Amino acid sequence: MNLRRLLLIAIPYLWLLGLFLVPFLIVLKISLSDTAVAIPPYTPTLDLSGGWASIKEFFGQLDFENFIWLTQDELYWRSYLSSLQIAAVSTFITLLVGYPVAYGMAQSPDEWRPTLMMLVILPFWTSFLIRVYAWIGILANEGFLNQFLLWTGIIDMPLQIMNTTTAVYIGIVYTYLPFMILPIYATLEKMDGALIEAAEDLGCSRLSAFWLVTLPLSRPGIIAGCFLVFIPVIGEFVIPSLLGGSRTLMIGKVLWEEFFSNRDWPVASAVAVVLLILLIVPIVLFQRNQQRQQEASQ
Amino acid sequence: MAQSKPQNVFAPWDDPNEVPLIRFRNVTKRFGTFTAIDSLDLDIYRKEFFALLGPSGCGKTTLMRMLAGFETPSEGKITVDDVDVGPIPPNKRPVNMMFQSYALFPHLTVEDNIAFGLKRSKMSRDEITARVTEMLRLTRLEKFARRKPHQISGGQRQRVALARSLAKAPKLLLLDEPLGALDRKLREDTQFELMDIQEKTGTTFVIVTHDQEEAMTVASRVAVMDHGRIVQVDTPAGIYETPNSVYVADFIGDVNIIEGNASPAGEGRVSIHYAEGAQPIIAAADHIPDGQRVSFAIRPEKIVVGTEPDPDRTNQVRGRIVDIGYLGNVSTYHLELPGGQKFSAQMTNARRLARRDFTWDDEVWLSWTETAGVVLTE
Repeated sequence: MNLRRLLLIAIPYLWLLGLFLVPFLIVLKISLSDTAVAIPPYTPTLDLSGGWASIKEFFGQLDFENFIWLTQDELYWRSYLSSLQIAAVSTFITLLVGYPVAYGMAQSPDEWRPTLMMLVILPFWTSFLIRVYAWIGILANEGFLNQFLLWTGIIDMPLQIMNTTTAVYIGIVYTYLPFMILPIYATLEKMDGALIEAAEDLGCSRLSAFWLVTLPLSRPGIIAGCFLVFIPVIGEFVIPSLLGGSRTLMIGKVLWEEFFSNRDWPVASAVAVVLLILLIVPIVLFQRNQQRQQEASQ
Repeated sequence: MAQSKPQNVFAPWDDPNEVPLIRFRNVTKRFGTFTAIDSLDLDIYRKEFFALLGPSGCGKTTLMRMLAGFETPSEGKITVDDVDVGPIPPNKRPVNMMFQSYALFPHLTVEDNIAFGLKRSKMSRDEITARVTEMLRLTRLEKFARRKPHQISGGQRQRVALARSLAKAPKLLLLDEPLGALDRKLREDTQFELMDIQEKTGTTFVIVTHDQEEAMTVASRVAVMDHGRIVQVDTPAGIYETPNSVYVADFIGDVNIIEGNASPAGEGRVSIHYAEGAQPIIAAADHIPDGQRVSFAIRPEKIVVGTEPDPDRTNQVRGRIVDIGYLGNVSTYHLELPGGQKFSAQMTNARRLARRDFTWDDEVWLSWTETAGVVLTE
């Protein structure tokens, strides 16, 4: 292999090595350390000036104590479970909301599509944080939603939505909806309209044509959209901490608290490492789906 | 230009007692302000292989989509078996369609594609399996039953589409440019295969095509369309030999058209004066008023080119050879008449090329009989 090709391949690998693998190894190392009242707030630290003996001593001090701790305190596994559950449920709701939107976009006249696409992407132009804060203004006890419902007389006591899991679901579904709509829209949009006509010609009603043809053919988009929502939602921190209050358990929030409130970097790192291992499974599945889709389209 | 069947064997359109399977009565279809089909009448009979031929945008696809139920007529009535199909949705019609893009379901195997329509009917599982096997055999696809559409060739996909649309044994099969995506050789083979299958199943076929050769090859009758109207409906031979208008004559095959003024020249004949000082063309025609402006259309292969005028043929015209297109079996001569008109003639190369006694720039005689061409008033 000549040098140019080697260099070309080396760049992405160096990028991954420097910006992913090395930081991960540092986090992994911290997760095996002990807390200390020091800067940095853990021991041991690697001191190369002591030579071979100090390196050996350094490795000797690393242990799995923090990981064992994660299994002992039920807070952690309950947070993991709760995160998985919230991610799964909100992915499902996002799908239920996103699919009809994507379908409607794909069915709309050609000249409308760029505009509709723009409208889906438009929220990204405003800071994510501001948009989540805006939801506080809507969902709070004296927020717009409650004021409106009180005004119409549907309720006579403000609904408690803020600081509940419902608020977290609303926030997540709202924020991640474009990630569901876009891949589904992409598969629906390139679908040949003659397929639906063929299905109807062969005796299908509109509904069964959708069920037997449109839905199976949009499956790659559904899978891609679900993973694009599910994976980041598991580690979501901003939405549960702003909208979910103290009662919503999510691993992202626990992680933040371990780092910044407890200043327990080793336990926080252990939480992060476990989270990463949990996420690898859906990411690998996602990659496989993408690959299969590429092969099918060839 | 083979004719699919001898006329005396199958010609329900000549039988006044025969009831057409499909009737278009005064059908008009508008899209906004655009009129795609303009008050059209058409009868199609059982077991016909009927071709709708025309340039793109002539309304032939709209006509077919109205038969399938994807479009409804703005005015008029379409009946299939004396039933007005206007209010019947596509999934309830005894009509199936083979799509131009084939529209095979990419997520289903070949056999599941073929079984798709059958599963929507009330057939039992065993009956479906038997029917699918029969269809696979008919289209010679047995070996590919378990493959997905993207794993087979274009020709095989075309056969799957045909098998799928035939599986439900429809009263009427619509074929929308079915061979457009195939290369020439495969297309020719498939044309004969289509005719074979049409004969075996006895289904009425309506084919939409812009390829006149294809229409001539497969069809029992051809309808030539232009601007939402049917210009002529006839057998392929009828369309070719006796076109009713310059449009049809020009659309099907090569033709020489000479304009002139007609005057009667005895019983059933007219003479056409097309140029000052030139001998008028004598042609067989009835009911042409004196002085009527007409177009005389003659096919290149009906003209004999020679160094001497052919005494057996009434019309003899001098011409100069401008160009010769040598095609192996035939040669096409591009000629110029003394009046400057361009003419082409086609001769079989019965003698070897070296023994041909005229070449470029030679003055030759063109001869043809009274009945070789047609006199058109439209």
